Amino acid sequence: MPSSSSSAKTTNIAEPDGLTNGPLIQTRNLSFSYSLLPAVIDVSLSLPRGAMGALIGANGSGKSTLIRLLAGLLEPTKGEVAFNGAPLTNLHPRDRAKRIAYVPQSTSTVFPFTALEVVLTGRSPYSGRFRFESAHDEQIALAALAALDAAHLSARHITELSGGERQLVTVARALAQEPEVMLLDEPASALDLKHRTQLARALRRLRDERGITVLMITHDLMLLDSAADLIFAMKCGRIAASGTPDAVLTDSVLGEVYDSPVRTMRSDGRTFVWSEL
Amino acid sequence: MSSSPGNVELNEAELTKSRTIVDTPRATNRTRVGVRLRIALPLLILGLVVALLIGLYVGYQPLDLAALKSDPIARAVFFRIRMPRVFMAGIVGASLAMVGAALQALFRNPLADPFTLGVSGGASLGASVAIAFGFGLNLVGVPFIFIAAFVGASVSVLLVYQLARSAGGTMLPGALLLAGVVLNLSASAGVMVIQYLASYGRALQILRWLIGSLDVVGFDLIWKMLIFLIPGWLVLISHARDLHLLATGESDSAASLGVDVRRTERMVFLASSLIVAVTVSVGGAIGFVGLIVPHAARLVFGQDVRVLLPASFLLGAAFLILADTLARVAISPGELPVGAITSLLGGPVFLLLLKRQQRYSAM
Repeated sequence: MPSSSSSAKTTNIAEPDGLTNGPLIQTRNLSFSYSLLPAVIDVSLSLPRGAMGALIGANGSGKSTLIRLLAGLLEPTKGEVAFNGAPLTNLHPRDRAKRIAYVPQSTSTVFPFTALEVVLTGRSPYSGRFRFESAHDEQIALAALAALDAAHLSARHITELSGGERQLVTVARALAQEPEVMLLDEPASALDLKHRTQLARALRRLRDERGITVLMITHDLMLLDSAADLIFAMKCGRIAASGTPDAVLTDSVLGEVYDSPVRTMRSDGRTFVWSEL
Repeated sequence: MSSSPGNVELNEAELTKSRTIVDTPRATNRTRVGVRLRIALPLLILGLVVALLIGLYVGYQPLDLAALKSDPIARAVFFRIRMPRVFMAGIVGASLAMVGAALQALFRNPLADPFTLGVSGGASLGASVAIAFGFGLNLVGVPFIFIAAFVGASVSVLLVYQLARSAGGTMLPGALLLAGVVLNLSASAGVMVIQYLASYGRALQILRWLIGSLDVVGFDLIWKMLIFLIPGWLVLISHARDLHLLATGESDSAASLGVDVRRTERMVFLASSLIVAVTVSVGGAIGFVGLIVPHAARLVFGQDVRVLLPASFLLGAAFLILADTLARVAISPGELPVGAITSLLGGPVFLLLLKRQQRYSAM
């Protein structure tokens, strides 16, 4: 797929320890409260360019809020988000949309748009207010669907798709934005085993081929050591632990993060995680 | 309307020939949406012209071209009464239909329209207050009734928006319509109180105005309306893309694609209130135009809001011209209120849509 942007999109492939590259997204003492209820407290994190990051934690621990802060969709109550070394708020929303793609937890629309129409909206940051998408844009949108093994959905109405198929369409829209970083809020929650693996593989390939940085919220801890090289674990609005899968996916760390007895086991180079009843 | 590739090619070729008329620098743009709009526009303009001709021809006395030349009374009747009325119907229909399409996209609710959301109700209440205080349409200047109706319409839009937003900030479709119903009821209660308190003459004036009519003498009022309407139309059209992005997902998705959601909401609310206020204060609350027309346009031209807004505008004009023509001749020499005709058509359409919406019960 030809990349249309001639800007300095670095295509460096992350080292396994990834951290040698400069941070693409960095926060300092980031806090956010819904009216009086604090949701994200004093979060300082750094996501290197080209990294595959995962955000884990119990329900209500502030993951979605944090990822929306990183996407620039919420104004932090305190602290700031830096993108590529500069405050995120300095970016014009349309320029931000060319660099940061956000995949919400679920997308719903009552209007029967086709999947292709939805994916094409990912191209809107690149065209003017009164311009329709070009044939080139359509190619990119179709390629984005194909990358997720969802090309067959392109003419289907979004209102008739299953939850998992809709998630694929939403991820494809984010791909069509040709972003530098993709922030995904539980993109795999409604996906079956095959498409879950496919999504992880597609994200990894994007990272390898185009240097796209990824941060995704997930509850699927089994997928992590193959899909992430950096894990941030949240608890009660704070980052409770962060590091490589090896460091975070342990009985003691996960037990602390989820406040419940968790067991892990390594076999065949994979980590298996389960919870004691 | 089939859009087979052959058709598309034909229209494209036709359009490249007449590029002098629709001169776009992006001539190479051949995507489906762009093509759809290019097919839609000529068709709709043609339909509007046909509707205009029918509206101008049909009436208590059919148009007699010979008499128009010789008879000054016939000329006056045609140019001072029938023609302005047909134009008025077109302007009001276009306005209500486009506002309906915009509100449907903004609220992501196919049942939204100025009438169902209570915006017309709010405008009616505002206008009734204006009439009760003696600034009636036929008495002093038009603008005061515009302003009062505008205040009523804006208050309704803001209320309905606040009521329908749940704590999490998401819009609940059912809550939206309920809020609209409540607003309509409150507004009509308010109008009743005003009528009760007002003098007999004023009360009658309010009643007559509420029934609504597109009757107008001369073009003065139409020019005054256009001063307010044209900016409103332009604001809506210039937000077509943002509305499209809102309609395809939700506010977070649109925001992540670069849409300033708050600003879009504010501008569309403002423009919609202005347009509804002006049309309601002149023609009364003409229901369901904003509901029927965008859905008819969807059936033919698809879901893209950037196509839907101009398509609804043109189709709405044609629709209300024809509905008003029907109102003028159905019980000739008497006259039906045009709002009755649109509501008779709109009620069943609303129920049909409601039924279909329940099928996607993800809401």
